[in-house]
Amino acid sequence: MKKSKSSVVLGYLFLTLLAIVFIIPLLWVIVASLDAEASQVLKIPENPTLNNYVSVITSEGNQQAFINGLFLSGGQTILVVFLSIIASYPLSRFTLKHKQKFMLNILFMTSLPITAVMVPVYQLFILFNLTDSLVATMLFLTASQLPFGIWMTKNFMDDVSVDLEEAAWIDGASKLEGIRKVILPLMKPGIFTVAIFTFIGSWGNFFVPYILLSSPSKLPASVTLYQFFGQYGYAAYGQLAAYSVLYMLPTFILYYFAQNYMSKGFSMSGASKG
Amino acid sequence: MATSETSNRKRMFKQTILFLLPSLILLIVFFIGPVILTFFFSFTDFSLTGTTAREVSFVGFNNFKNLFADPRFFSAFSSTMIFLLASGIIGQQLLGFVVAYLMQKKNPLFRKIVGATIMAGWVTPELIVAISFVTFLHDGGTLNEFITQLGFEPISWLFEYPMTSIVIANIWQGSALSMLMFQSALDAIPDSLYEAAEIDGASSWKQLTNITFPMIKSTIFTNLVIITLSTLGVFTLIYTMTGGGPSGQTATLPVFMYEQAFVNYQLGYGTAIALVILAFGILLSILYIRLLRVEDK
Repeated sequence: MKKSKSSVVLGYLFLTLLAIVFIIPLLWVIVASLDAEASQVLKIPENPTLNNYVSVITSEGNQQAFINGLFLSGGQTILVVFLSIIASYPLSRFTLKHKQKFMLNILFMTSLPITAVMVPVYQLFILFNLTDSLVATMLFLTASQLPFGIWMTKNFMDDVSVDLEEAAWIDGASKLEGIRKVILPLMKPGIFTVAIFTFIGSWGNFFVPYILLSSPSKLPASVTLYQFFGQYGYAAYGQLAAYSVLYMLPTFILYYFAQNYMSKGFSMSGASKG
Repeated sequence: MATSETSNRKRMFKQTILFLLPSLILLIVFFIGPVILTFFFSFTDFSLTGTTAREVSFVGFNNFKNLFADPRFFSAFSSTMIFLLASGIIGQQLLGFVVAYLMQKKNPLFRKIVGATIMAGWVTPELIVAISFVTFLHDGGTLNEFITQLGFEPISWLFEYPMTSIVIANIWQGSALSMLMFQSALDAIPDSLYEAAEIDGASSWKQLTNITFPMIKSTIFTNLVIITLSTLGVFTLIYTMTGGGPSGQTATLPVFMYEQAFVNYQLGYGTAIALVILAFGILLSILYIRLLRVEDK
């Protein structure tokens, strides 16, 4: 594909401008978080400070919110990974009658908009007196991500050859030992991909905890940050920005580690967000 | 041998059930159950206040009759369509393609930097996207600062152009996924096709329409399905940016559903809206898959 010099230059120019446009809104969050006199306008801080971070971190309410978020997202991630592994085993290894149909249903479920089920889920929570329960919320989050987890984990498990496992059985290993000692170490990248995507999705989820939880002491960081934005968002810009940076930091760090496995993760379809 | 094979089958079946059971219970209780409940509750007058709070009764198609007679529903429906078309189908798809197309054969370091800035939008949690854009577009925000320095009057973006504001924020957030999908599709096109076209003297535009588009057709459709389904469910971004306002201009179906179910406590009515979103999503993805099959023939 030979192209004229001017079209190549234009391509570079367009992409450079686009990159600048893309980074400006996010740049404000980072710069303002370090500014003692932050305003809405992106500007170089005259008095750089870490005080915004200090006041956000030292607030007990915020600490509680991060712990709640860790409980919800961490608990969900562990459960999704564990349940997906054991559910994927028969789906990957056994010859079963309706396997294809079952997997298609799983794929279909990954693409359903979670937003649409929140009203009946709330009704369900009321009927069984589960509203404002962190554990129940975490279980719902787990269920909502399980189709994605099972779909991905099954595909990763398919890539692990059965031969090694059979060798372990001959040596007297049980099926569960085979999973733990042979399959799991070989599909580590796959497991990390599922875990990281689940955690990122859950940590960024605002709607589910916003609907299902109500006590201030139980709310995760996503909801408390939203409340902070509503109450002080138009006054304490520095703190709002610092809170935002702290909130999105885990996502960016995990994403950085997940990048290596990204190309593999995209061989599946239906990675829709709720 | 036949008996041992059947017993083997049975054992396999038992183990399968055992391995799948925990997942199935969770899925049925918290996911499939609620989807079925959506159908059930949308025919009831379930509400959290008033007399119907204690006694739930069937009201037949009343919720749907009210819904289709409700001007707010039509406004929500058209807002959803505009948002879907502008930000998803046109915005994310087109920008994702243009970026992927232009990035071909560029300096690797440059590709990495530009790619990272676009990925940043996708990695950023929705709430932070909303906060960043609200401040960016606010009366005293960076954008207005910039246009006043150019000598123009500042504009109250979020009040005068609320739909444009959420569309831009959603394009910013979602284009990375299209970009990634188009990048891998474009990489898969063999260079020999372009080289042959070059020899025949085909222009870049001719190459684009005669080689590139036909080769990435299936990616375009897959991308459309994924974008449509994810855009349809967008709640957080819109709710935290505009709250559906001003005067309901950005109240898409999910925001309208939220208002009816959780602000007015009309859960039955809210489920009816949820059912419309669900049905809409299922129908659209079936339609796209059909289109794709027709194209393949």
